[in-house]
Amino acid sequence: MLSRVADSLYWMSRYLERAENTVRQLDVTMSLMLDTSDTSAAKRWQRMMASLGKPPGMEWNDDLDAMARMLVFDTLNHAAVTFCVNGARENARQVREEISSEQWARLNRLYHQMHSPHAQSQFRVNINDALASVVDGIHLFKGVSDTTMIHGQGWQFIRLGRYLERAYATATLLEVYQPDLFQPNEQDHSGYQYLELVGLLRCCTSFEAYCQVYTADISSDRILEFLLLNRDFPHAIRYTVDGMRDAIDSIQRSGGRRPPDELVAVIGRLQAMLGYTTIQEILAGDVGKFLHSIREQCMRIHELIYRYYVHYSIQSALAT
Amino acid sequence: MSAGLPVEMETLFGDYPLDQAFDEMRERGGELRPHYKALAETLARLPEDELQRRKQSADLSFLTQGITFTVYGRDEGTERIFPYDLLPRLITAAEWDRIERGLTQRITALNMFLRDVYSDAKILNDRVIPRELVYSCKHYRRQMRGLQVPRNVYIAVVGSDLLRLNTGEYVVLEDNLRVPSGVSYMLTNRRVMKRTFPQLFHSYGVRPIEHYPQLLLATLRSLAPEGRPEPNIVLLTPGVFNSAYFEHTYLARQMGIDLVEGRDLVTHDNIVYMRTTDGLKRVDVIYRRVDDDFSDPLIFRGDSILGCGGLFNAYRAGNVTVTNAFGTGLADDKAVYAYVPDMIRYYLSEDAILPNVKTFLLGEEKHRKHVLANLDKLVVKAVGESGGYGMLIGPQSTARQREEFARQIEANPRNYIAQPTLDFSRAPCLIGNHLEPRHVDLRPYVLFGDKVNIVPGGLTRVALEKGSLVVNSSQGGGSKDTWVLEQ
Repeated sequence: MLSRVADSLYWMSRYLERAENTVRQLDVTMSLMLDTSDTSAAKRWQRMMASLGKPPGMEWNDDLDAMARMLVFDTLNHAAVTFCVNGARENARQVREEISSEQWARLNRLYHQMHSPHAQSQFRVNINDALASVVDGIHLFKGVSDTTMIHGQGWQFIRLGRYLERAYATATLLEVYQPDLFQPNEQDHSGYQYLELVGLLRCCTSFEAYCQVYTADISSDRILEFLLLNRDFPHAIRYTVDGMRDAIDSIQRSGGRRPPDELVAVIGRLQAMLGYTTIQEILAGDVGKFLHSIREQCMRIHELIYRYYVHYSIQSALAT
Repeated sequence: MSAGLPVEMETLFGDYPLDQAFDEMRERGGELRPHYKALAETLARLPEDELQRRKQSADLSFLTQGITFTVYGRDEGTERIFPYDLLPRLITAAEWDRIERGLTQRITALNMFLRDVYSDAKILNDRVIPRELVYSCKHYRRQMRGLQVPRNVYIAVVGSDLLRLNTGEYVVLEDNLRVPSGVSYMLTNRRVMKRTFPQLFHSYGVRPIEHYPQLLLATLRSLAPEGRPEPNIVLLTPGVFNSAYFEHTYLARQMGIDLVEGRDLVTHDNIVYMRTTDGLKRVDVIYRRVDDDFSDPLIFRGDSILGCGGLFNAYRAGNVTVTNAFGTGLADDKAVYAYVPDMIRYYLSEDAILPNVKTFLLGEEKHRKHVLANLDKLVVKAVGESGGYGMLIGPQSTARQREEFARQIEANPRNYIAQPTLDFSRAPCLIGNHLEPRHVDLRPYVLFGDKVNIVPGGLTRVALEKGSLVVNSSQGGGSKDTWVLEQ
């Protein structure tokens, strides 16, 4: 597969994953703001911004509706939903011949939905419905991708982008929430703590999955265990890292080129870090540092993918 | 008005003017031409608003499929759906037979001309075509001199524009021998039409065109360098900002080949490779949709970033086929065009089946004087332009525009030709709820590999604005599906 095409599919997928993440976090944050807890709206907003990578120009100004609209409709802000949908479509447009017509039609519909003259007013009328319909659009695209595309290299690069973006976003989210939620000896029975924790789970669409594993007995340690170490839940970091490894292996199988040792090593190390540890060990150490190191390794994986599959030197390619 | 029509069609036709121009649907007296009868009857039978409903559903289909083109020179909304008309243009089997023979003859002669000019130049030595006309052409590429191209095919993909005069006769307005576009609209129009008028389509017995991508692929394969039995064929596009980008992606997908940009290609030791996730992969045939100028910065324009450095040398070495060949623009120069009937006579000893439009060469003083005196009646065109740019339509121009063109003609006469303003044929279009005639042309697509192949039909382009003579999509034109009938 052409390197440029692989790169576009990878970014198309990352942008859509990012759009979905923004939508979910916004939805959860707005619903948490309805409750009158000690945590101020400003603080919640800042926390969300931190977990979205601190996009510039989004300082809290007490006008939630306007801020939310900006986070959805801005076309220049890297965390904004419309920006991400535009990015995904632009990448898809450049590899129009590689994706199925169904995928393109689906993504195009989402794009036109964000840009329709009615979009902003719909948003004003019922923000939850509007956000839900965006997530629906993204889910439909993913479903259509899985069912209409050959599961060859292109599809694997889509998976790779999705998992990398998700692992990075989840690690960031946990890192940002961690000082508030994962302090030992928490003693809060007011119910607000419960809402916060459920909110965190819902940011990763994992509340129901969590309950199936741990029952509705919500505790911060278990949440951390679930979102970091669960091997079966698609939003858990361990699952996404396993997925990246699987995608890289599949790319090798279909193309016959061995991934570079360094890439295999970085992913392998991260797999081991999450696969051969317990939550007690992690909590005994520095949780923040642990999460931060996951993020750094994700960035390293991205660099290596780019250097090996997309932007390699001609000398190195001719030598093999 | 509705003279010669059955009563039930009066609403449908409303105020449908007939005049000197050939009407595709109606005779001069107003009666329907026999092959259009079934279409008119079907339309008249549809309940009111049904046509609009079908039009809307077709619109939506174009939009969600992203069938769009890019308009240059505007910041906003640079992507638009290609405007089209819901009613098909019908061509009888007999008419098509003549067109097909005429184009085959023409393309064969044009290809022989290119081969001749870039090798022995016999036609110039025999003074059939003036030497200076050829060598002063801005699309002449001296780098092509003495170069052997596979199967001697210079122009594998051609789109010639035909008009129909008021006598009903088809004439060739121009040949597009560089990178003709529009074939994807021909194919998508057909798909949408089959859904919009399924019964009508069936009852008419329309010859299929859907196999075009397969024919194109076979043509490209037949031109692969020797010793490459499983050639790697790619389509080279300038990229997403090109007005025909949709078409490039469409064709690549339909043919199952990679769509590459210049930045995907590298050359090493006169071999062209593409960068893939599995390393470098050799490229054997390039279906080029990038102009000569932008194809190789080492040979052509140095400031271009669209092409691939070293491509031309690999081509010269015979390691890669690039088609259409470089320098084919020479033969669609609008001044060289005037000599195509002479070429046909010279190479094939035949008379042209499809005549040319009368053309004045402004490089010749007698012609120039006549043209400058009659600018308000003629159409003046720059010889090397396409897409309806660089054109003056005399009867619709202002005195200031004519002055401007006169000045440009005096400054560089070789760069212009003039033709009479043609009252070319009109076909019925759906405007609002009734039919109105609009000017149409026809661009059939000719493929030339081991033999000449023309899918029956082509793109009928429509000047959607009332009275307009310009059919180019970049200038407000649209398109129609073209049905070539079995009978």
